[in-house]
Amino acid sequence: MKKNDLMLQARGVHKSYRMGSTRVSVLRGLDLAVKRGEFVAIIGASGSGKSTLLHILGALDGLNKGVVRIEGQDLSGLSSRQLNELRNHKVGFVFQFFHLLDELNVLENIMLPAMASKSVFGWLVSRGRARKRAMELLKRFGLSDRASHKPYQLSGGERQRVAIGRALMNEPKLLLIDEPTGNLDSATGNGILDVFEELNRAGQTIVMVTHDERIARRAGRVIELVDGKIG
Amino acid sequence: MYKVILAFRYLFKKRISYLAFTAVALSVFIVVVVMTVMRGLVTDFKQKNHNFSGDCVVAGDSLVGFAYYEDFVRTLQGEDFVEGVSPVINSFALISRQGSARNIGVQIMGIDPVMHSRVTNFAETLHYNRHNVAGAFEPSRDPNHTGCILGIGLVLEPDSNGVYDYYGAVLPAMALSVTSFPLTARGTLAKAGLGMVSSKTFYYSDVSHSGLARVDGAMVYLPFEQAQLLCMAGVEKRISSIHIKFKHGVSLHSGLDKVSALWKDFVKGKGSEKLAYLFENVTVQSWKEHRREFIAAMEKEQTMLTVMFALVGVTTVFIVFVVFYMIVSHKSKDIGILKSIGVSKTNVVGLYLSFAFLLGIFGSAGGLAGGWVFLLRINAIEHWLFKHFRFQLWDRTIYAIGDIPNKVDFGVLAIIVAAALFACLLGAFIPSFKAARLKPVETLRVGQL
Repeated sequence: MKKNDLMLQARGVHKSYRMGSTRVSVLRGLDLAVKRGEFVAIIGASGSGKSTLLHILGALDGLNKGVVRIEGQDLSGLSSRQLNELRNHKVGFVFQFFHLLDELNVLENIMLPAMASKSVFGWLVSRGRARKRAMELLKRFGLSDRASHKPYQLSGGERQRVAIGRALMNEPKLLLIDEPTGNLDSATGNGILDVFEELNRAGQTIVMVTHDERIARRAGRVIELVDGKIG
Repeated sequence: MYKVILAFRYLFKKRISYLAFTAVALSVFIVVVVMTVMRGLVTDFKQKNHNFSGDCVVAGDSLVGFAYYEDFVRTLQGEDFVEGVSPVINSFALISRQGSARNIGVQIMGIDPVMHSRVTNFAETLHYNRHNVAGAFEPSRDPNHTGCILGIGLVLEPDSNGVYDYYGAVLPAMALSVTSFPLTARGTLAKAGLGMVSSKTFYYSDVSHSGLARVDGAMVYLPFEQAQLLCMAGVEKRISSIHIKFKHGVSLHSGLDKVSALWKDFVKGKGSEKLAYLFENVTVQSWKEHRREFIAAMEKEQTMLTVMFALVGVTTVFIVFVVFYMIVSHKSKDIGILKSIGVSKTNVVGLYLSFAFLLGIFGSAGGLAGGWVFLLRINAIEHWLFKHFRFQLWDRTIYAIGDIPNKVDFGVLAIIVAAALFACLLGAFIPSFKAARLKPVETLRVGQL
């Protein structure tokens, strides 16, 4: 495998938390490599450190030891500003509980990453383009008529599609997904997984964590997390 | 841009924001109303004192006064920065209505009404001789008699609106016996039988309404020469003070410096005179210094109010702090979401400070608008309260004020708005940093939801 083919690489990742007077090791020397365009599912029991791993891979959390690289770039060498830019441009997160901002409507929620990367004046210049992109995403996910709705006016499946739209707004190279169907019924969950498959077919690199093997089987490769390592 | 949108939404969509908005608006409202009224009262009081004294006063702190004043008055009159000069006799006396055994203690002010009106607003304080100040001491019923002008509080009482009911076009004939205590240049009571006059009858010729309660309730104005006879015994003529008005455009400071220099030269020139020692008690003062014992009390009250309202500001800061702390605790998920899409700590602080700024702007606007409307109607409201409940903020029969001052000073408004904005930003400062320090992984965990 060529070095350039790797989208994501983790080597010897250790992560522990202090819980009261004891220290709990969650990840113990984990190694992982994800190629460009790959759809990888990481499965593991509840509390096995799946979400922690996803947060570390997306630079939302730090690690105690080890190296994480995205497109060959070592995250430990990046400044706060560079990490913010990375989260804004290269990585898209989709959470189990959607995590939409209640004060914003659907269109604004989707445009949020684009707004976050621009100053007020920069936004005034580029908002037409951002709006067009957001409307395309809404259309793609069948939410065109929901643009002005607030999150509380949507169903669970619709909210998750909005969250996916937001994650894709800045066209990230890596999509990190945390239990995407955990809060949805089976039919809706399948619909969401169809979306991910379609995205992957279009070339999107996806890393998804789940505790459900049936869902994990929809990915191209399944990795099991056992005792803080890839099993 | 999201900061502006979210700040607006937090402000208008969250009920708790209305609490903070109300706290800011109420604080601004109270401060605007009280500061405007208090500032109006203090400014009005100062202006009345200025009008009463002129710009500068050369005066001693003794009732004995000082001599050779005519030379200094002439010197001043020859100066191009001086608009007017008025020598004045100040003393105390007893007055009684002719035929009555009852007498009251009053202050005496001996003036030349024309000269004094060039220096002060004396003519405007008169009711009957406002446009004929030269005849102010000529009683209308018999101009051959010597007249006196009484402070309005000595003869009339204001109604509940602070308005005096004057006698009409012609004053009633009223003779007043004025008994004074003539002092020698050494400060002793002059001995009887030395050509001394200690008691004289004057006829009521006008009333003076200066708007200063202590002046209007205790002052009797007499013709200069008569007052001099009554109060200053001895061969050398003496006076208590010289009131001076500077020409338009001459600053108080420079005018004062010039008069001080002239006075210094004058005292030096008169050093060998017999009564030169009396100059030791005399100082050149601005009108503010001359009336400081009255103005200082009012200014002290204003300062105390300012301090009290600074405490109101502290309360506002605390309310904003509590509200923002609650909002940050409640919106920790939002902060996690924003950080997950690449929003920096600085921008999280910026978001909450933008929210605080908007809160300050809208809260201040609400408070200003409410305060402005209230001030416009404050006299009508007080009138209505008095009519229906006999309630008055200031009893006009006691306090020498007319309408409650309600002229808004835009400089004061700007300071109040700036203080409100500062209070909001200060109150939001710590919660904003608390928000910025939140770790997204902690706020986005399932257990935190």
